[in-house]
Amino acid sequence: MTPMRLTAVTALLALGVAACSGTTKSSVTSAPAPAPASSSAAKADPNAPIKQGLKLAFLPKAINNPYETIVDNAGIEAAKEYQGEAKEVGPSDASASSQISYINTLTQQGHDAILIAANDANAVCGPLQQARAKGIKIVAYDSDAAPECRDLFINQASSEEVGRSQVKLLAGMIGNKGDIAILSATANATNQNTWIKFMKDELGKPEYKDMKLVKVAYGDDDDQKSFTQTQGLMQAYPNLKGIISPTTVGISAAARYISGSKYKGKVVLTGLGTPNQMRQFVKDKTVAKFALWNPKDLGYLASYAAAALVSGQITGAEGETFKAGKLGERTIGKQGEVILGPPFTFDAANIDQFDY
Amino acid sequence: MARVLRWDVLVGALLIAVFAAGSLTSPSFATVDNLSFALGDLGEIALIALAMTMLVVAAEVDLSVASVLGLSSALVGSLWDAGMAIETIIPLAVLTGAVCGLVNGLLVTRLGLPSLAVTIGTLALYRGLAYVVLGDRAIAQFPPDYAALALNDVPGTPIPYPIALFVLLAAIVGVVLHATGFGRALYAIGAQEQAAFFAGIRVKRVKLLLFVISGTVAGFAGVVFTLRYGSARADNGVGIELAVIAAVLLGGVDFDGGKGTLGGVIAGVLLIGLLRNLLMLGDVSTEIQSIVTGLLLIVSVLTPRLVSLVRPALKGSP
Repeated sequence: MTPMRLTAVTALLALGVAACSGTTKSSVTSAPAPAPASSSAAKADPNAPIKQGLKLAFLPKAINNPYETIVDNAGIEAAKEYQGEAKEVGPSDASASSQISYINTLTQQGHDAILIAANDANAVCGPLQQARAKGIKIVAYDSDAAPECRDLFINQASSEEVGRSQVKLLAGMIGNKGDIAILSATANATNQNTWIKFMKDELGKPEYKDMKLVKVAYGDDDDQKSFTQTQGLMQAYPNLKGIISPTTVGISAAARYISGSKYKGKVVLTGLGTPNQMRQFVKDKTVAKFALWNPKDLGYLASYAAAALVSGQITGAEGETFKAGKLGERTIGKQGEVILGPPFTFDAANIDQFDY
Repeated sequence: MARVLRWDVLVGALLIAVFAAGSLTSPSFATVDNLSFALGDLGEIALIALAMTMLVVAAEVDLSVASVLGLSSALVGSLWDAGMAIETIIPLAVLTGAVCGLVNGLLVTRLGLPSLAVTIGTLALYRGLAYVVLGDRAIAQFPPDYAALALNDVPGTPIPYPIALFVLLAAIVGVVLHATGFGRALYAIGAQEQAAFFAGIRVKRVKLLLFVISGTVAGFAGVVFTLRYGSARADNGVGIELAVIAAVLLGGVDFDGGKGTLGGVIAGVLLIGLLRNLLMLGDVSTEIQSIVTGLLLIVSVLTPRLVSLVRPALKGSP
């Protein structure tokens, strides 16, 4: 059969199949959702002691991300406080599929809990369910997995608070006026997208009527790409007054570009960054203010939450409480979320007090 | 003696060695679950490697396969989101792959361009189209019945469905490549294109067909990838073409064409997959994993050349 004829036959086949009706999105979404696989039947015993010798694994978005390294190392340190054992493994790129084989490996290695910063909330779902079927507890941190696929989500800050405060921070520096852009991580990054949703909502308020969001750019949490995206924003929008980059990779790449360009002092940059990454740009006045939570506390809290789950102190239901070492008692909120606290603003006056 | 020293036999031996080392060093390696996972992870790479083997044997290459996979995935996501039935979407995505392959094949055979250059171009082109189709979105919530086909094992066996399909296709490709005139024609084209032409082989038509097959398989792999991960994205499968070509080369197929066996390629695919799995179970960092795979690839390309250099020298000595 010639290729031409082969193609024609395949096309006919496709049309033939198209003629009959089949499984569509609406027929799937209207079907009742499967019952959650979680062990919600189990009862929480808040007074149960933390089990000794727990084996935990942190699976960050990518292992070469300095922010994630800080979070994970703090979690690994925390595990030592309760005589547990923790490690960090992960892919070298932050693509959706690269975490899958790691989840499978960790499942095989028989860990008590897997802590994951999901690259794609849905792509990791199947393997996480398989891990849970083997009795492994799943704690998402930093970036959530779909709620039905994990036991807990340790949220660095309330998403609403992060989103709105970023807009307020920028508005205060540009006098509530002018074109602004957002430089995000990947287009599907769960946390960034939630924050951006609240940023847009905040921008809808009357006091920001003179501020216009002209573009959401994606640097894919890749330093070089974020750098060129910033460059592109400057060229495409000459009237740009401000950029919010709610990702540590994005803000430092953007700052590096702006500090060496003619836009320094003209375009205001803010977002979420670590003090060590941003120190030189605050000192050279490229950036006046930026925000972040304490990533060490995030890893620490996630580590304790996982230990509490495995030990049966909590099951992940709303209203349960557990003790998170030096951070004190924490309560589980809606949809199994535990919130770390409000974001903290760094500026030239306080940045030298922090080293991470 | 020469038979025993064939590279594909060595790769097979290496595969057995890795398997033995894994079973001895890691309690979780030689378990049914783990091997099933490891095989499942190889699904798309293994499928595409079948088509790639035939291309490389005929001294051509298709670097655009991962982008075709991405385009197919983006199309699946976009059409599914628009409310089309998955039964219609799947053939359309496969057909798109075939068209992508046809374009590659026409550029190579009608315009006489080198396939390396053409498919580097379409690598960028098809990936770009994938972004045009789906943009930066990620589409999820595919029908569980179909996702199960991409993710689950054939009931009663540890073999995931895509791998079962691979076994079936591999048997077909193996017969075609090693036991038919068409297979012989591919080796002839790869070894000496002009001689093949004068021997009556319709070289251009054969090559065009190979590219269409390659695109079709990559399009289908895009469907498998999308359903397996439950997430359709334009950037799905970035870089997979390198894993496929690595497996084909590791399996002893000569990049200059005309040499190599499908058995070697299958051993190559399994070797890369199992080695990676074993290194991960041993908590070896991603960087070291890349280094090990890279070194293995260089050795695989280097060894046959060294052997062919050393052998005449040995014969020459008294």
